[in-house]
Amino acid sequence: MIINQLAVYSQNEVGKLLPIIKTLGMNGINIESLNIADTPEYGIVRMLTSDNVKAQQILSEKGFISTITSLVGVEVKDEAGELSKTLETLAKNGIDIEYIYSYSRKDGKALILIKTDKIKEAEDLLK
Amino acid sequence: MEKYNTDVMTMSREDMEKLQSERLVEEIKYVYENQKAYRAKMDEAGVKPEDIKSIKDITKLPFTTKHDLRENYPFGFFACSMKDIVRIHASSGTTGKLTTVGYTQRDLDDWSEAFARSLAIAGVTKDDIIHISYGYGLFTGGLGAHYGGEMMGCAVVPCGTGNTQRQLQLMKDFGATVLCCTPSYALFLGEAIEKDPNLTIDDFKLRIGVFGAEPWSLGMKEKIEEKLHLKAYDIYGLSEISGPGVSMNCGAEELHVQEDLFYPEVVDVDTLEPVPDGVRGELVFTTLRKQGVPLIRYRTRDLCSIQHGVCPHCGRTIVRMSRVTGRTDDMLIIRGVNVFPSQIESALTKIEELNGSHYLLVVERQGLLDTLEIRVEMNPKFFSDAVKDIEKLRKKVDHEVTSAIGIAAKITLCAPGEVPLSEGKTKRTIDNRVIE
Ligand SMILES: [Zn+2]
Repeated sequence: MIINQLAVYSQNEVGKLLPIIKTLGMNGINIESLNIADTPEYGIVRMLTSDNVKAQQILSEKGFISTITSLVGVEVKDEAGELSKTLETLAKNGIDIEYIYSYSRKDGKALILIKTDKIKEAEDLLK
Repeated sequence: MEKYNTDVMTMSREDMEKLQSERLVEEIKYVYENQKAYRAKMDEAGVKPEDIKSIKDITKLPFTTKHDLRENYPFGFFACSMKDIVRIHASSGTTGKLTTVGYTQRDLDDWSEAFARSLAIAGVTKDDIIHISYGYGLFTGGLGAHYGGEMMGCAVVPCGTGNTQRQLQLMKDFGATVLCCTPSYALFLGEAIEKDPNLTIDDFKLRIGVFGAEPWSLGMKEKIEEKLHLKAYDIYGLSEISGPGVSMNCGAEELHVQEDLFYPEVVDVDTLEPVPDGVRGELVFTTLRKQGVPLIRYRTRDLCSIQHGVCPHCGRTIVRMSRVTGRTDDMLIIRGVNVFPSQIESALTKIEELNGSHYLLVVERQGLLDTLEIRVEMNPKFFSDAVKDIEKLRKKVDHEVTSAIGIAAKITLCAPGEVPLSEGKTKRTIDNRVIE
């Protein structure tokens, strides 16, 4: 499946993450997952939210810079070995991964999220 | 005095030099008799008024500096009594000491004439409505534009600074066609229109912008033209010489100097010897007709070059100066290299992935090493969620800046709004080095 992700740019300084989370919370937007790509100077906060479009609009009014990206999402059992199976399938078919992360859900399943240029092909392979 | 659309603009070099020579001889005689502070300088240099027979002799005369003016605060450089002075302006420097300038009625008329000529160079006519958002008061911007506009016969709206919402309202309701303000405020206004859900640029009738009082890059000029839908012109001036209108941009890159009133020279920063046309150095002005505070060979600290000959763009023959590319006192010395904020601004505004006009330079000393950090806003249109793309952009900015200034800087990419422009002059540099 294709999943929309909201990514927000943040200076890597103490207290820079909080206003993002707070702003969304105050506007009734639920954050389902949160992942930070971290460098010494800045971070990119990647989120799945209950309403990415509204979240982006609210954040941009507050002066945050953000973008909505499509990722391939694969639902797997939250067990050892599931992630490597997925990676093998993609590697065998020559699909480069730009980044990947996963999160465990309450129902015992895990969602693997993959950013790739070949999003359609990846989606078909992992159905 | 001539009217603003004078034939001085297209005078032959021979006639101009004759006029300048007559005026310089008069001015030096007047100064020697009436301005004690400069008379002392001439005596010390062993120059007598009789030694000055033509404009070519100007190089025999000693320089005047900002320091001289400050030392003689408040009225030491006034060459006439308060009976003849009708206005006083003052400007503050970074050191906190003021410099004061007094004007006789003729000085004010000449200044208005210079500003009116500048408006004419930009194509302004008496049919125009001029919205002035320069500060009124001790700063010369507001009143200079005001009386220049009135001399031309324009409808002048003396708005002054601040209260951006009301400014936009008036500009829209009155249908202002000309805007006079600092370039950073012009950009600020353009951005305010974009942000306002009830306004679009189509609500405005602006066609000409006359912007000055701070150095700005060509990239910033393009941004302003794009946002405000007008043609932007540089106006140059300094209160010591009179105020804005000393020189004016005709639509090409260079600015025409009102050289029958204010005689320009460019000198080498180290030797103070005049340099040839086209060579950059410190701009020096001599007032040729001032009565209140005449200044002889006043060192402006502005860096530029001058060019004689017919202007290929507009055909005027009055001398042209290049855009001011820096000031000797804005100059940052970082790891022994001379760095001008304007060079960095030029590099940043060329990169489309940035909002390059929104930048701040932070200089620190870590141990024995100076570090330069450049904070600049990203353009949200080009934001990517991948670290590799952001890194690519940082490398690109780093490369452009390094090739512009010759030293490496730390590039910090910021979100829109993190490096704001201010309503007056925007502060571009924070120098945290403690200099012993
Ligand atoms: Zn010209």
